[in-house]
Amino acid sequence: MTELLPLAILMTSLGVAPAILAMPDDWSRLRTAVNLAAAALKLGLVAWLSLSVAQGAEFGLGLEIAPGLALELKADALSVLFLALSSVLWLLTTLYAVGYLEGGTDRSRFFGFFSLCVAATVGIAMAGNLFTFVVFFELLTLATWPLVVHRGSAEAHRAGRIYLVYTLGGGLALTLGAAWLYALAGAVPFAPRGVLGDLPQTHPVAVTAIFVLLIAGVGVKAALVPLHGWLPVSMVAPAPVSALLHAVAVVKSGAYGIMRIVYDVYGVETMQGLGLAAPLAALAGATILWGSFRALRQDDLKKRLAYSTVSQVSYITLGVALISPLAAVGGLAHLIHQGIMKITLFLAAGNFAEGRGVKTVSGMDGMGRLMPGATLAFTVGALGMIGVPPLAGFISKWYLGAGGLDAGQPAVIALLAGSGLMNAAYFLPILYRAWFRDPPADAVPKRRIGWMLAVPPAVTAGFVLAAGLLANAPFSPLGWTRFIVSLEYL
Amino acid sequence: MVTETSLLVTLPFLAALAAAAAPRAAATLGMAATLANAGFAALLARALLADGARETSLGGWEAPLGITLRADGLAALMIGMTALVGSAVALQAMGRPAPGRPAPAGGFWPLWLATLGAMNALFLSDDLFNLYVTFEILGLSAVGLTALTGSRRALRAAFDYLSAGLAGSLLLLLGVALAYAEAGRVDLAAVPALVETMRGRIALALVLAGLAVKAALFPLHFWMPAAHANAAPPASALLSALVVKTALYVALRLSLEGGAGIAPARAALAVAGSGAMLWGAWNALRAERLKLLVAHSTVAQIGLIALALGVAGNPADSTLWQAAALLMLSHALAKAAMFLAAGRIAEELGHDRISGLNRTELRPGAAEFAFAIAAVSLIGLPPTAGFVGKWVLIEGLIAREAWIWVALVMTGTVLSAAYLSRVVSRCLRGGPHVAPGARRPAWHMGDVAALGLAVGALALGLASALPFALLETTLT
Repeated sequence: MTELLPLAILMTSLGVAPAILAMPDDWSRLRTAVNLAAAALKLGLVAWLSLSVAQGAEFGLGLEIAPGLALELKADALSVLFLALSSVLWLLTTLYAVGYLEGGTDRSRFFGFFSLCVAATVGIAMAGNLFTFVVFFELLTLATWPLVVHRGSAEAHRAGRIYLVYTLGGGLALTLGAAWLYALAGAVPFAPRGVLGDLPQTHPVAVTAIFVLLIAGVGVKAALVPLHGWLPVSMVAPAPVSALLHAVAVVKSGAYGIMRIVYDVYGVETMQGLGLAAPLAALAGATILWGSFRALRQDDLKKRLAYSTVSQVSYITLGVALISPLAAVGGLAHLIHQGIMKITLFLAAGNFAEGRGVKTVSGMDGMGRLMPGATLAFTVGALGMIGVPPLAGFISKWYLGAGGLDAGQPAVIALLAGSGLMNAAYFLPILYRAWFRDPPADAVPKRRIGWMLAVPPAVTAGFVLAAGLLANAPFSPLGWTRFIVSLEYL
Repeated sequence: MVTETSLLVTLPFLAALAAAAAPRAAATLGMAATLANAGFAALLARALLADGARETSLGGWEAPLGITLRADGLAALMIGMTALVGSAVALQAMGRPAPGRPAPAGGFWPLWLATLGAMNALFLSDDLFNLYVTFEILGLSAVGLTALTGSRRALRAAFDYLSAGLAGSLLLLLGVALAYAEAGRVDLAAVPALVETMRGRIALALVLAGLAVKAALFPLHFWMPAAHANAAPPASALLSALVVKTALYVALRLSLEGGAGIAPARAALAVAGSGAMLWGAWNALRAERLKLLVAHSTVAQIGLIALALGVAGNPADSTLWQAAALLMLSHALAKAAMFLAAGRIAEELGHDRISGLNRTELRPGAAEFAFAIAAVSLIGLPPTAGFVGKWVLIEGLIAREAWIWVALVMTGTVLSAAYLSRVVSRCLRGGPHVAPGARRPAWHMGDVAALGLAVGALALGLASALPFALLETTLT
């Protein structure tokens, strides 16, 4: 029975999606019940799976769909890292979305595709080979598009078009690279320390070209410069979708893809042997600086947060590309840390927009007095992003910096310091306005913020604090990533 | 297996006669025969998977003297494809028309059943003359289907279709006659001998030209978009999904039989296919009406399949042709779904202008959803059968380092995403444009059929192992 656990986890979202899509829009109680029950069930199943994996259990399921081509689900330590993130945040985001969209149009369509997105994310997390990864990665693109254009305005459709052009283009590169690798290697399962055998020696040029294609493919979703253009444009989508794009599913899938390709397809030795690691690290560094730099000048709050994501997600890539166990711990832990921090920021920003109609940095004056709860959550998220101890972001940066020294790249310290300064420069003014300026005299509430909108950012802000304070506990993100890294490097 | 094979040919024709004789019971009879046909198709596939393929000689006369039926994996796959698409289209025809729309004209059932019988016979045929005869029956019954609504546009479409069909048949007949004069036989096993002589090569070229007209392969596609766009939705679905496939099927058979000798013909197919892919996509990008867009997309998709047939190489040393067969199957399901869905959308909205799809308070959501899923399959995105087919094709081409063809397939994919997203993005309207109480029409059999086919194309991707296993039993 337990061997079907990965399939059960996938079906908790994939199975409910068609049911929700088919529901009439005004069945909101049933829809919410189904949604939350599925999210809670999935969380329970993921917890069960995590415990089993921690005890050394292995899960694997396969379905052959063409000669030599199989869909394969498996759960290993790296899968669990991403599964835990997406299933915890899915529950909170669903709750938030129910409150956010109350009384809106097309809710069945929204929640149906929302479930489909998470199903695709779960599939990505548990993909057992490159082909399966490609299948779910493309499914994620398709399932997210209707959410990006949800508002139906001309601007939303423009954002959707840009999103599709970038992600389908990336998907094409990924598919081409993957098919090429299958043509060379016959099969590409994911396994620690790589699966290419002697291909890097016999076909160095092809293997390098494939690496470029694969990284370009997943790099679109990971928002690596210059493939990041879709992310700031997509902030036109409703706040729960932004949370999904930035924290739960989309950019995370890109970063996770980079991890799988570097660790479980190529392996650390091949990365160094072919000289692929250094350019990837340089690209990540450039993205970190460019994202922070662009964030400085955005007045639109969500746009500032979007550029901040461009920068922060590349910490993960940097940690992977530095080829040092310490940096890897920092990068992998940042997968979780960036997720919980950024979702806190977006949910709080959504509350500012819903509660007071505030969508810009310049409109944040006095927000600490008007909406203290949301502002507090936002503050925790922002300070975490800057890297203030003892919050989650500090832990990631500490390990990244130590890893940079370990890898003989002291420039990483300068990079982290530079980016940290810019982070402070674009977050602190927001906090200053919110806490130390007076609210405008004509401020009026736009809408009451119910518990469904208020609780999720408060909970995730709690996570940000806990992930930093309890970093040494065995089941903290940091503890788990040490476990994974020991598998990849020892 | 002999029983299934004979019943697949005789039952539809007998049912067609019965339906013509008893018009009141035609729908019941027709539906029963369609379903029975699907059952026999499934039995045939099962028998093949269990025991492998064999040829049956009618009346005990062996080829080249007698007529043989060849029931192998490829034939069974095509028969299964016809049965699936046919069942959905028949289901659609069972439904009542939407309020305020004219009832469908009588005559659908006999014509559909004759089309079905002709296609089954064609897929089982093993000689060029038989193929010519079945093409003729198929052509005439398909013209009948096209003209069925009797509207001026439908009659025009039927006439276009008839003229193109006759031109194709003429070329085909010339080729068959010349082949007979040269080799003294017309069974497909004679193809390798034909390649040896100039007259034989001319005969084959004529046959292929006839097939190209019937398949609407660029640059001989000119008749098709108008004909398919103006016919009634069920007729368009059958024409676009199945009837054009018959010619591609014969081309695939010739390629399988011809071996290395027929390489120039394969190269020509690949080049024409590339042209079709680009030209069809370009016109679909500019089409203003939904059905015209779908019809131009057929031109492009036929091109992709022809390209796959052409680049597959000598079947003796590559199984790449199986990707082409899978693409034929997935295109059939998806394109039929798309025409049925487009028909439902046009029926509800009263027009099929693409620019007007998002400017209405009426939302035929089920049909739009079916259209979107079918689009995913046609573009070739996972987890559809279209994706699996393209993946196998691209992997094979890369292994052979045929980068130009890889680039062309990729370009075709990008273009199909571009023109299909024109429609799908308009289905995703919402927010301030649409009144909160936007009306959703009641479900119609057509929605069920379209959605069923579209989901079938999607699910087939996960079950692709089955068609591949079936294709392994193909006789070459």
